[in-house]
Amino acid sequence: MSMSDSLVSCGHLDPVIAQGSTKCREARPRIHKTLSLVSLCSPTVVELNHNLTSVIPESALLIIIGWILGGIIYGADKMQTFTLTPTVFFFYLLPQVILDAGYFMPNKLFFSNMGAILVYAVIGTCWNAATVGLGLWGCWLGGAMGDIDIGLLQFLLFGSLIAAVDPVAVIAVFEEVHVNEVLFIMVFGESLLNDGVTVVLFNVFDAFVSLGGAEIDAVEIIKGIISFFVVAFGGSLVGIIFALLISLLTRCTKNIQIIEPGFIFILGYLSYLTAEMLSLSAILSIVFCGICCQKYINANMDERSVTTVRYVMKVLANGSETIIFVFLGISAIDPAVWVWNTGFILLTLLFIFVFRFIGVFLLTWILNKYRLVPLEFIDQVVMSYGGLRGAVAYGLVAMLDENKFKEKNLMVSTTLIVVYFTVMLQGITMKPLVTWLKVKRAAVTELTLAEKIQNRTFDHMLVAIEDISGQIGHNYMRDKWHNFEERWLCWFLMKPSARKSRDYIFNIFHQLNLKDAMSYVKEGERRGSLAFVRNETKADVDFNKKFRASFSEIMPDIMADNMGPDHVPLSSILQDIVPSVCLDMHEQDLTMRESEDFNAHHLLQQHLYRGRKQHRHRYSRSHLETNRDENEVQEIFQRTMRSRLESFKSAKMGVAPAKKIQTKHQKKDKPQKMPNGNSSDKSKNHPYGDKGTCSFLKKHYDMMKMYGNHVFDTIPLIPVQPLPQARPPQLRGHQPPVVCIIIQSHSKAISRICLILENRLD
Amino acid sequence: MGSTNSTLSKIPNVEELMQETGFTPAHIVRLYDRFEALDKEKTGHLRPQDFGAINRLAMNPIGDRIIGAFFSPGQETVDFHSFVRILAHFRPADKKHPKDPSMPEPVNSRTSKLKFAFQLYDQDKDGKISRAELLQVLRSMLEMQVTEEQLESIADRTIQEADLDKDDAISFEEFRKSLEKVNIDHKMSIRFLR
Repeated sequence: MSMSDSLVSCGHLDPVIAQGSTKCREARPRIHKTLSLVSLCSPTVVELNHNLTSVIPESALLIIIGWILGGIIYGADKMQTFTLTPTVFFFYLLPQVILDAGYFMPNKLFFSNMGAILVYAVIGTCWNAATVGLGLWGCWLGGAMGDIDIGLLQFLLFGSLIAAVDPVAVIAVFEEVHVNEVLFIMVFGESLLNDGVTVVLFNVFDAFVSLGGAEIDAVEIIKGIISFFVVAFGGSLVGIIFALLISLLTRCTKNIQIIEPGFIFILGYLSYLTAEMLSLSAILSIVFCGICCQKYINANMDERSVTTVRYVMKVLANGSETIIFVFLGISAIDPAVWVWNTGFILLTLLFIFVFRFIGVFLLTWILNKYRLVPLEFIDQVVMSYGGLRGAVAYGLVAMLDENKFKEKNLMVSTTLIVVYFTVMLQGITMKPLVTWLKVKRAAVTELTLAEKIQNRTFDHMLVAIEDISGQIGHNYMRDKWHNFEERWLCWFLMKPSARKSRDYIFNIFHQLNLKDAMSYVKEGERRGSLAFVRNETKADVDFNKKFRASFSEIMPDIMADNMGPDHVPLSSILQDIVPSVCLDMHEQDLTMRESEDFNAHHLLQQHLYRGRKQHRHRYSRSHLETNRDENEVQEIFQRTMRSRLESFKSAKMGVAPAKKIQTKHQKKDKPQKMPNGNSSDKSKNHPYGDKGTCSFLKKHYDMMKMYGNHVFDTIPLIPVQPLPQARPPQLRGHQPPVVCIIIQSHSKAISRICLILENRLD
Repeated sequence: MGSTNSTLSKIPNVEELMQETGFTPAHIVRLYDRFEALDKEKTGHLRPQDFGAINRLAMNPIGDRIIGAFFSPGQETVDFHSFVRILAHFRPADKKHPKDPSMPEPVNSRTSKLKFAFQLYDQDKDGKISRAELLQVLRSMLEMQVTEEQLESIADRTIQEADLDKDDAISFEEFRKSLEKVNIDHKMSIRFLR
């Protein structure tokens, strides 16, 4: 029995019809639209005060707005004309939220924690459902709830629908609270994957209730268990098939790039509907569709299409989420559904809270025996506390048939109260709880400079040791999958051009070049036009800072060698001039010394590289990732490569300063011999040697070769170390080197693309 | 486990290694697998290039220093024992062991960890962190926008804070003292090496 079947049977396909004046009926569509638009505008009200949102999560504020709106409508109509109906919710509002979750899912993290996530999602949800259902039943038998017309099966059904952690609510609350990525992915992954269990349990118990208690025997139960596997795996399979379809499609859409984004959304939604039609888990389907296709479509599609998809996805998801929460609020203002039973409601709240804690701790204790990195106590607390219920539970409960479930209204009211409690109360207190738990362990006193530096060093150290000890990598299965994927899937699903450029290191080079090109253009515009560089020798440029004056000596020299305005290294030199940090500091030298202490701490705070652990993957509903991490990575990478090359060069002290070899013009297309005389026997003398210098770059020389005349050949790695103030007269000798990394194939040095580190400091 | 035993038997002196470092057999096996994966040419030793192959180390500001720390001065290769010994520094401390003064300092004690960290700074192994060495580390860990003056001022102030005997360098004792409030065990341990 799928959702649509039950929807029909419940007669909920039509929205709640306004019985009453015809005026209402006419106005309804218009009002409906207005209402949706109003609710979409509410985030703006909320965003006006960022301090407010950091204390109270946006979802809670939206519910409050919903209450207000609901009150207004109720006041006008004397009945609640607009509620969150299951059809609207499950078919129009939920899919895009889940697609967004799947598309932006950090895959590596997700799959490496997949085991734990599945345990929590499947076993945890079953545990929650069973305990809550049985607990409530026990209390009902004991008379705590008074006289209500309900039975064991109905309790179990209620338990199963209220047990599920809700992805919408989790995202909304965890957005403000920045927990570590493993913890986040656990709760988030669980909330997404538990739909498989919830749908099965819901349908199974619904069917049981229809059959009546007497008919249930072992066969039925076994059928129920089998249906779980069918629904869950079937749903995922549908999702994966659609992901393959989308990837293939994007592979072929080179000529119709403008409608590429449309396909993603259509096919994503189609996967949802298909699974729904086959009575499988629709949420699982759309999640896996998003997860599996993200890599390929990002590679295949044009950059602008990718940007479009990302932004539209966020817009749709944000919009849906907003509407969902506002309607959750509105739906409450309806006396028709309110049935108050203190015992039932309070016991439900208590049970879901307590049993969630017990369940999580129990499962974690078992899991920790098998995990490499055990989950800590604090993480478990946050995980338990973060088990928020939300709109999915409400949608499911609204689908119940009143005839079979006499106490439907009671269940609806309870669900609403549970949702409000978790989203609002737990949402508001989540952040203070997290901070409080962590602060308990840390010292409160101000750290000294040495401590600050050392702390950061430790962070970097730990990250490095983790990488060396291969904590996360080098799993046999992972390697096999990786190889399989590289060989077959990428060949099948990615465009040939995309396949070439998917290398990570290469992408860094690409980003560096882009960055340089952009700063070059900016500088050119600042000075009037790009043509100025051609006329450098006779340029009448305003070199009024003495720093720049010295550059005019250098410029002609470099100009002579590097032809053309689009020679990128030039821009990097200019890049050094443009940021006036060094210049200003020189003048303010005296003033700086006065507040040295403050400055030193402030500097450290601002400018220390953050360790990789802190580059947390921030899954955010409202923000797309910024590039700050990438800049840092690029800088560090530059420096490392430079220092490796320097040490490599220092091994050849006797060799004359390497001549710069221009491959830009590909005149000497494949230089057979390098002036440095790099040969493999030298590598024995020096740690890094030839091989080491680009041990991981050598396999990319093929790719580099392909780019021929492209500017990528002379990838500049200008050290952006600001030239020292104290030595302007020596500037001549301390030019920013034009860097070229030598890439050699140690197997056959036939074509070498050279990026030579040239340091003209003799 | 069959596979554990067979791998263990491949490693020479494995009992001694476990005793010294405190790793369990499962850990040793895991580390051995990792060692072999890094040692692409199957020489039984690791060279700096092998470490260089780990892409992510290039993204780490002190990655190269850490690689250097694996190599004893003058040596160009790391064998499995040294590899494990260095990694053993990062084991979380065994809280249950009673302090036995007759036994040598365990590898993952607070002092050993601090010594390891100290050696990262002190590249010339003279027992002191000079101003120049500190500058080098700072340079690598700070963003490019920071100027030489700013760097030097930070280095000066750091030495000022930590240097008790006013010799313009930080000795190991001063280093240790400046970090007495920091929970080294927590900061320098990797849980998976427990």
